[in-house]
Amino acid sequence: MSWINLSALWKIVVFGLIAGAGLPALFAIGLRALVMPGSRVQAAGPDSDHVYGGNVLGAVIAAICFLIILAALGWGIYEVYQIGHPAPKH
Amino acid sequence: MGNDVILVLVVITALAFDFTNGFHDTGNAMATSITTGALPPRVAVALSGVLNLIGAFLSLAVAATIASGLVNTKVVTLTVVAAGLAGGIIWNLLTWLLGIPSSSSHALIGGVIGSTLAAAGGSAVLWKGLVSKVVIPAALSPIIAALVAAVGTWLLYRISRRLTRGARNHGFRIGQVGSACMVSLAHGTNDAQKTMGVITLALIANGTLASGSSAPFWVVLTCALAIGLGTYLGGWRVIRTLGKGLVEIESPQGMAAESSSAAIILLSASFGYSLSTTHVATGSIVGTGLGKRGADVRWSVAGRMATAWLFTLPSAAIAGALAYWLAHGIGGSAGVIILLAILAGLAGAIYWRSRATKVDHSNVNDEWTGTTAPSEPQPAAAA
Repeated sequence: MSWINLSALWKIVVFGLIAGAGLPALFAIGLRALVMPGSRVQAAGPDSDHVYGGNVLGAVIAAICFLIILAALGWGIYEVYQIGHPAPKH
Repeated sequence: MGNDVILVLVVITALAFDFTNGFHDTGNAMATSITTGALPPRVAVALSGVLNLIGAFLSLAVAATIASGLVNTKVVTLTVVAAGLAGGIIWNLLTWLLGIPSSSSHALIGGVIGSTLAAAGGSAVLWKGLVSKVVIPAALSPIIAALVAAVGTWLLYRISRRLTRGARNHGFRIGQVGSACMVSLAHGTNDAQKTMGVITLALIANGTLASGSSAPFWVVLTCALAIGLGTYLGGWRVIRTLGKGLVEIESPQGMAAESSSAAIILLSASFGYSLSTTHVATGSIVGTGLGKRGADVRWSVAGRMATAWLFTLPSAAIAGALAYWLAHGIGGSAGVIILLAILAGLAGAIYWRSRATKVDHSNVNDEWTGTTAPSEPQPAAAA
């Protein structure tokens, strides 16, 4: 056992970036797809807070992004549960 | 050959620590959601409390580190555990009074190490475990969290730069609620475990459990309830410092900060590091200030926090050692009972003092004027 576990360190940095910065970025991409202008009449002005622009393709892309995020969270929670409840050794 | 009255008192003290842990740390998860208006303050603390409760059941990895990785369990007596808890609680309450988001984990670990040192000397502390599992992660985790949060913040603003300001704030507020929930869950899996570890340590010391046992179910349940309740009552003073004092935060930054915190805490917990959620959350909030052009980090506030972090382990250790000498000096069950009575008295006094400069859900978001309590013009006390 060394003082710093380098293999754990780089894993925490890399997976931290993927989950901690990548997933929010995916959320932002989904949000951007969702607001793509389409059939909806847009309320003009910089303070309009409509997040759905009415574009079907945009909505589909957004749904895919959000589903990937939810799946990643579910998988992450499952992994934590698995690691935290090791099978009893006989 | 155990002493059941003292054991019950020690378990109650441990649950009291868990409770202070909850309300000290509500801000780690919810401060940024409360300040950006993503959630009403009271809804935020209720949600966080429930998720802490659930999180406490999610993993038992960290409890094992505390119960066996830091001190030699053979020399630990109930008096040692009681004194360690007393040291941790006092430090937690003092930092809460000053609105400093210091680490509850370090307060607990420091207290236990101090009382062990006082009881059995330096050889009873597993120094290498302490440095590699606690001190080094404590130094690295805020830096990694700041890096991840800065990258996340930059990406979020870059990707969403064509959105109207209203749409961006609305969208990211929803994302922020999700990421804050993940932090609350992570906090439950990490911090509730520490108290479970200490109670297990006490049960082993008393001979109720065999050495090397894991936490019984009633310990898991009561710890989960204590941290959930503490979180629900909300440490408004710390929430205010984190949410308003450090950086003025917009919802994309809040989401970036919380995602970073949740990812780092959960990843580290699965490697068995008992990280301080407070250090990670603070690092993330600083990072989100660095990641957005034109955002100002109030380095004086950040510096004051970092100073408190350096002092947390040794101060809690000194408090734990003093508590041990007091209890041991009086001796026997009476020593532990008198120690815990003094602790309750001090806790009451600190609570009474806090009423003078009240921070609650109604004024938590007032403009930052350099003090913890909004209405008070006097300068905040130094850490």
